Amino acid sequence: MSDLRLRIKELYERNPKASEIVKIIRDYASIIKKHVKIMDFCGTHEWTITYYGLRSLMPNNIELIAGPGCPVCVTPGYYVEALIKLSLEGVNVITYGDAFKLPSVRGSNPKSLAEAKALGGKVTVVYSFLDAVKVAKERPNEEHVFFSVGFETTMPAVSTTLYYRAVPHNLYVLSAHRLTPPIMKYLMSNVKGVELDGVLAPGHVSAILGSNAWEFIPKDYGVTTVVTGFEPLDVLLAVLLILKSIKEGRAELLNEYRRVVKPEGNLTAKKTINEVFTYVDSYWRGIGVVEGSGAKLKATYERNDAEVRYGIKEPKTHSDIIPGCRCGEVVLGLRKPTECPLFMKVCTPENPYGPCMVSSEGTCRIWAENLPLSVEGI
Amino acid sequence: MCLGVPAKVLRVWSVGELRYAEVDLGGLSKEVILALDEPVNEGDYVIVHAGMGISKIKEEEVEETLKIWEDLYNQGLHIEQ
Ligand code: SF4
Repeated sequence: MSDLRLRIKELYERNPKASEIVKIIRDYASIIKKHVKIMDFCGTHEWTITYYGLRSLMPNNIELIAGPGCPVCVTPGYYVEALIKLSLEGVNVITYGDAFKLPSVRGSNPKSLAEAKALGGKVTVVYSFLDAVKVAKERPNEEHVFFSVGFETTMPAVSTTLYYRAVPHNLYVLSAHRLTPPIMKYLMSNVKGVELDGVLAPGHVSAILGSNAWEFIPKDYGVTTVVTGFEPLDVLLAVLLILKSIKEGRAELLNEYRRVVKPEGNLTAKKTINEVFTYVDSYWRGIGVVEGSGAKLKATYERNDAEVRYGIKEPKTHSDIIPGCRCGEVVLGLRKPTECPLFMKVCTPENPYGPCMVSSEGTCRIWAENLPLSVEGI
Repeated sequence: MCLGVPAKVLRVWSVGELRYAEVDLGGLSKEVILALDEPVNEGDYVIVHAGMGISKIKEEEVEETLKIWEDLYNQGLHIEQ
C-alpha cells in the first residue's frame, strides 16, 4: 500500500491541475471586481502562501494577508523575564526552540533565554511536553519549569498528562497559552483597517476545537470562513471557495480540511483542556488585553503551576514592546514586514530584534526566509 | 513548535489511561501521546503536533475534497461572464 503522505503530496502539492484552479480563481475575481481581502490565521498557512509564491498567482484584486497566527509573537515579555531569572537561579527552564530567542521586556539583560543560557543559566530546548516530562524524570533532584506557549494545538499535551497525573512533582508548567477564537473576535470587532472578506481558519487548531468553533465569523460578521489544510492546493481551494461564496452573495463556514478536521473537533482533547485550564482576560504582546483569551491552570493543578510555585505575577503595565518594532501591527494584519524599517536591516532571522522574527511561525521570519528581497513593492 | 505533520503509526500502547504511539515522522521515529476520539492502530496516519497525535487522517477524504473543484471545473465554472 502506498504511503498516504506521498499521496497527499502528489494531490495537494505537486498536482499539475493547480493551474486550472488558479484559472477559476481568476475568473471569479474578474466577475467579483471589488477588492477582496483574505486573512490567513496560522503561521503555517502564511508559510505555505509565501514559500510557494501563492500571492504572485492571485489576480490584482485578491489580497492575501497574514493574521495573528504566531503564538510566540504575542507571548508577553514578563514571562521571559521571570524565566531568565529562574534559569540563572538554578531552576531548569524547558522551552520549545521557538521561544528560545524570544526577547524579554525592554532593557533586559540577558535579553532572552538563549542569552541566559550562554551566561550559565539552565535552559533545555525540547520538541514536546513529553520530552519535558522525560527531562524532569531523568533529573529528579532539580526543579524544572516548562514554558508552555501556544494556541489550542499545544494545550492537549499538557492537559492530557496533567489530567492523567503523569507529570512529575518537580516539573512546573508556566501556562502562556492564548486562544484563537477570542483574538479573531477582537480583530473583527475592535481593529480598524482590517476589514476582511474571507478568513482561512487554522487547520490544526480546528482539529482540536472543531470547525464549528468558527461559526460566529460568518454569522456575526458576515465573512466566509474556510477551515483550510496546509498544502498549496488546500489554500488555493479555500481561496476559490471564498470567492465563490462572495460571488453568490453568501457568508458561510466551510471545511476544506475534512481529512483532518471534524465539525465537533477532538472531544477527548477538549475534555482534558476544559478540565485542566481556566480562561481569563489576557494580555497579548503588541496588542493589548483580549477578553477571555488566555488559559491558566485551575487550582486543582496548582501543585504543578509555576505561577504559584514561583509567585510569577503579571505587571500592572507592560514594557515589552521593543522600540521601533511593528510586530503588533504585523500580527493584526495592519502592516507587512517589508513596511517595517528594521526588516532585514537591524532585524534578521540570525539576529532577531522583534518577536515576529523569532519564531518560525512569525510573519517577519517567514518573509525573511522566503521572499526574493530584491523584488520591490511586495 | 506549531507545526503539525502527518505521521505513520508504528506501534501503540497505554500506560494507565494515557495512550502512546511510536510514529514515523518522515524517517524519524518519535514517541508521542495520543489524544484522539477514535481507536488508532499500526499503519494509521495521524497529525502530530508538538509531540501529540491530535487527529487521525481520514483516508477517504483525501480524494474527496479535490472533487470540490473538479465539480466546479467540469460544470464549466457555472459563471455567466
Ligand atoms: S521586522 Fe523585526 S522589528 Fe520589524 S516588525 Fe518584524 S519583528 Fe519587529
